[in-house]
Amino acid sequence: MATSTSSDSGPESEAASRKPVVELDSATVRFCGDSGDGMQLAGSQLTSTSALVGNDVATFPDFPAEIRAPRGTKAGVSGFQVHFASTDIFTPGDQVDALVAMNPAALATNLGDLVPGGVLVVNTDSFDEKDLKKAGYDRNPVEDGSLDGYKMFTAEMTKLTRKAVDGLGLSVKEADRCKNFFAMGLVFWLYDRPLDPTQRYIDAKFGKRPAVAEANHRALKAGYHYGETTEALPSQYMVPKARLEPGTYRNVMGNTALAWGLIAAAKLSGCELFYGSYPITPASDILHELSKHKNFGVRTFQAEDEIAAVSSAIGASFAGAMGVTASSGPGIALKGEAIGLAVMTELPMLIINVQRGGPSTGLPTKTEQADLMQAIFGRNGECPLPILAASSPADCFDVAQEAWRIAVKFMVPVFVLTDGYIANGSEPWRVPDPQSLAKIEVRHPQARDNGEPFLPYERDDNFSRPWAIPGTPGLMHRIGGLEKQNGTGNVSYDPDNHQQMVELRQQKVSNVANDIPLQEVEGPSSGKLLVLSWGGTYGACRTAVQTVQKTNPSVAHAHLRYMNPFPRNLGELLKAYERVLIPELNMGQLDLLIRAKYLIEPERLNKVRGKPFTVGELVHKIEQIL
Amino acid sequence: MSTETPLPVLTAADFASDQEVRWCPGCGDYSILAQMKKILPTLGIPREQTVFISGIGCSSRFPYYMNAYGIHSIHGRAPAVATGLKVANPELFVWVITGDGDALSIGGNHLIHAIRRNLDINIVLFNNQIYGLTKGQYSPTSPLGKVTKSTPMGAVDNPIHPLSVAIGCEATFVARSIDVNIKHLGMVLSRAAEHRGTAFVEVYQNCNVFNDGAFEYATNRETKADSILELEHGKPLIFGKNGSKGIRLNGMNPEVVELGKGITEDDLLFHDEKATEPSLAYLLSRMRHPEFPEPIGIFRAVDRPRYDDQLDQQIAEARQRRGEGDLQKLFAAGETWTVE
Repeated sequence: MATSTSSDSGPESEAASRKPVVELDSATVRFCGDSGDGMQLAGSQLTSTSALVGNDVATFPDFPAEIRAPRGTKAGVSGFQVHFASTDIFTPGDQVDALVAMNPAALATNLGDLVPGGVLVVNTDSFDEKDLKKAGYDRNPVEDGSLDGYKMFTAEMTKLTRKAVDGLGLSVKEADRCKNFFAMGLVFWLYDRPLDPTQRYIDAKFGKRPAVAEANHRALKAGYHYGETTEALPSQYMVPKARLEPGTYRNVMGNTALAWGLIAAAKLSGCELFYGSYPITPASDILHELSKHKNFGVRTFQAEDEIAAVSSAIGASFAGAMGVTASSGPGIALKGEAIGLAVMTELPMLIINVQRGGPSTGLPTKTEQADLMQAIFGRNGECPLPILAASSPADCFDVAQEAWRIAVKFMVPVFVLTDGYIANGSEPWRVPDPQSLAKIEVRHPQARDNGEPFLPYERDDNFSRPWAIPGTPGLMHRIGGLEKQNGTGNVSYDPDNHQQMVELRQQKVSNVANDIPLQEVEGPSSGKLLVLSWGGTYGACRTAVQTVQKTNPSVAHAHLRYMNPFPRNLGELLKAYERVLIPELNMGQLDLLIRAKYLIEPERLNKVRGKPFTVGELVHKIEQIL
Repeated sequence: MSTETPLPVLTAADFASDQEVRWCPGCGDYSILAQMKKILPTLGIPREQTVFISGIGCSSRFPYYMNAYGIHSIHGRAPAVATGLKVANPELFVWVITGDGDALSIGGNHLIHAIRRNLDINIVLFNNQIYGLTKGQYSPTSPLGKVTKSTPMGAVDNPIHPLSVAIGCEATFVARSIDVNIKHLGMVLSRAAEHRGTAFVEVYQNCNVFNDGAFEYATNRETKADSILELEHGKPLIFGKNGSKGIRLNGMNPEVVELGKGITEDDLLFHDEKATEPSLAYLLSRMRHPEFPEPIGIFRAVDRPRYDDQLDQQIAEARQRRGEGDLQKLFAAGETWTVE
C-alpha cells in the first residue's frame, strides 16, 4: 500500500504534488489504543502543537485505572481527545471527527463517538484473530464492510514502524513502542500540523538514548510521509488560528494550573507553601508539580496517609506557612476529622478535592462532581467552611489564589473543588504578568507593650482571630479541638460560650458573601430559563447555552464559583427566570442546596457515567424544557 | 537564634501556664509535668520557640499546662501535626506528648513514620497500660489477660512494646524512665531535648484510678532494685541490691548472673548507646519483668541525617542552582506562543 517516493524529503519541504487542503473551523481527534500504546503522549503532543499554531484547544484524556490492563482488552483501552479550533471553544467536543484506533478493542469502544463520515485511521497490524476476539468481533470489521460509512484509512503501522527504525539496533519490542509516533505523524499530516514541537520533545525526552530518539524521529516522519504519499487520504485539513485576546499563551492542565496558583498565592501573601499529601488519582500530579519547585521554598511532604497529610498541613499553618492538602473523595473522607480541627482552631489552610467517580474507590480515573455535599457537610458537628469550585483547567490558577485570600482574611480552612476532567484536561492560558496579580494581605501580630494578656480568640471586624505564630515572643498560646472560650482561647464547656462560638464560626463563613463578587449571568437578566452550573461543567454548559441562544434568546447561564457561601444576589437572580435548570455530574447535590435555601423547584439533569457532559445532551435538555 | 542580649534566666514557674491542672490527684502525669518545667529553663531555648503538640487522652492535656505554644490536636495525629510544624519552621523546638493508646493504637502509623523520618522532635509517651480518659478499657500495652471494663475475661491480644517498636523503626534516640524517679526522668528528658533527631522516650506512668500499681515492681522500695536496671553508656549491665547481679550474653540471649563465684564485671554485657546497629538496644527492649530487670535510661543515641535538615538542604540547593523562584520564569517554561 505504501509508496516510498518521498521518504527522504522532510515534512517541511513542499511535496511534489500537494493534495488539496480543506479548511475547517474546528476538528476533534481522538487517539485510542492499549494503555501501553502511548496514546496520552500522542494526544498531548497534538494538543501542544495545535496550541502553538494558534488554535484554541480543549482536551479530554480518558484512561483506565489499571496501569497495564491485559493487552488487547476493552478494559485496557486508553484514549486522548483533542479539540482544536479557530474560534473560542470550551469543551473537548461531543463527537470526534477523526478517530485513530490502534487495535480492535480501541475501535470497538470508541467507534460510537465518531461522526458519520468521519476519518477512521486503523492500525491493521493489530487486527489479528486473537485481538479481534478479545474485542468481541466475530469478523474483521475492517474487511466486512461494516465501516463503509466512514473515511477509513488503514495502515500497517507496526510493520511500517519496524521498517522505519530498521538498522538502529532496537529490539522488536523497542521498535513497536515507536508506533505512536507513526500515528502522530499521520495525524499531523492530516491536519497540517508542524512536526518541530514534537521533534524538540523527542530530543529533550530521549536525548540520552540516541537510538531511541532517532527511532522516534524516524517513526514520526514515516507517519507524516505516509499520509502525504498514500492514495487513500485524498485531502488534508487545515484549522486556521483562533482569534484569541492578545498576549502570551501556553497550554495548561488543571492540576498544573492549580499547583502554580498555589505557588503564586504563597508568593503574593509572603507565606511559604507547605503541601502535605498522600498519592491518589487524580490529585497526585499536584504533588509532582509542586515538588519540582523547591526554589520557591515550596515544602512538599508525602505523608504516610491522608490523615497525616491534612494534619501536617494544620501544623504547618500553625507555624505560619500556607498549609495545603489535596486528595480525591476517598482521601477527603479520611481527612474529615482533621478538617474539623482546622475549623475549630480557626487556622487558614486549603483542602483541595480533585473529585472522581465514587462512592468508595469508585472510578478513580473518571470524573464526577459528587463530593459537594461531602465538602459542605462531611464532618461532625456544626463545621462550616467556605467552598470554591474551579470551572476549567486555567481557572484552577485563579481559584487557588482566591481561596487562600479568603482563608487568611477570615482565618478559616477553605475547600477547593476541582475534578478529574479539568485536572487532566488542558486549555490555552494567557500567561499573566506576575506584577498584575493581587497581593494577599497576611498579618501576624506582635506582643503588645501595654502588658495586656494576648487573646488568641480576640475578634476583628470579620470575626477573625489573630494568626499568632510560634517564635513570636509574648504570644504563647494553646489551641486545640476542644471548644474554646471566645477571647481567651481557654478550654470551655460553658453552654452560652459554645452557642456563641458555633454562631461565630458560621458567621465568619457567611461574611465571606460580602467579600466576593455578585453572581454574573451570561445572557438576559430575566427570561424563560436559567442554566445554573458549577465546577468543571462550565465549558459544556456555556457552549450549550450559546448554541440555544442563537434561536432562543431568553435562555441565560450562571456558573457558580462560590459554593459556600453563595453570592449574595443568587436568590434574587434565580427568581428572575421562569425555570431553572441545574445540570450536574451527580444525582442532584447543588439542586438540593438550592431548593433548601431558595425554596424553588429547579429542573435537573444528572449524569454519573464517569464522563463530562456533552454539549448535545445539554442542548437537548434545554430545548426539552423550552 | 542569635540574640544581642543574653537570654533572661527562666525558672520552672515561667513555663507554667495560667490553667489549672486537671489530672486526677495522684496521677503520674503531675511528676512528668514538673520535670518538664524544671528542665526546660536549663536548655537556654526561649519559651516562644517551644511548641507542645498532643493528641487525645489524659496525657494529651499537657500542652494546656505549659506556657509555650501548643496544639491539643486529635486522636493519634500529634506526630503528623508536629511534622508539618517542624518542616514549616525547623527553628522550632517541638515536643510531642502522647499516651499508649494515642501513640500505639489509633496513631500507630504516624508514630512509626515520624520516627523513621528522624525529624528533630521529641516524643514522650506516657505509658500507663490503660485507657484513662475513656475510663478504663485495656490499651495496646496492657499485658495479656488484663481484666478491664472491655475485657472482663481478660485481654487476649498480645501487647505491643513501645521501645521495641521505636527501635524497629531505627529511632536514633530511645530511652525509658519512670514517673516517680524524678531525677532520672529529668536526666532522660534533658538528653532527649539535646538529641538532634527524633527522640523517643517512654515513661512508665501510674494511673492511680484505673490501673493503679501497674509498675509497682519498678517503683516499690523492696522490689525495684531487682526489677530495674539503670543503663549507663560504657558500663556493664549491673542491677540488684548492692549491685550483686548482672546481665551476661549467652549466645544471642541475655541471662541474669550473680556476680562473684568466678563471674566478674568483665563477663557482663557492656552498654553502648552509640552502637550503630540497633540490635543491642532491641535486645534490651525485650528484657521484661519478671524474667529480667527492665532497663531504664538511654537505650540508643546515634546520629543520622534528619528529614527537616535534608529538606532544607534540598531547598537551598534548588535555590542555588536555579535561583530564587520567579513566577515569570515559571509561567514561561516550556512552549509558549504570542497572539498579536
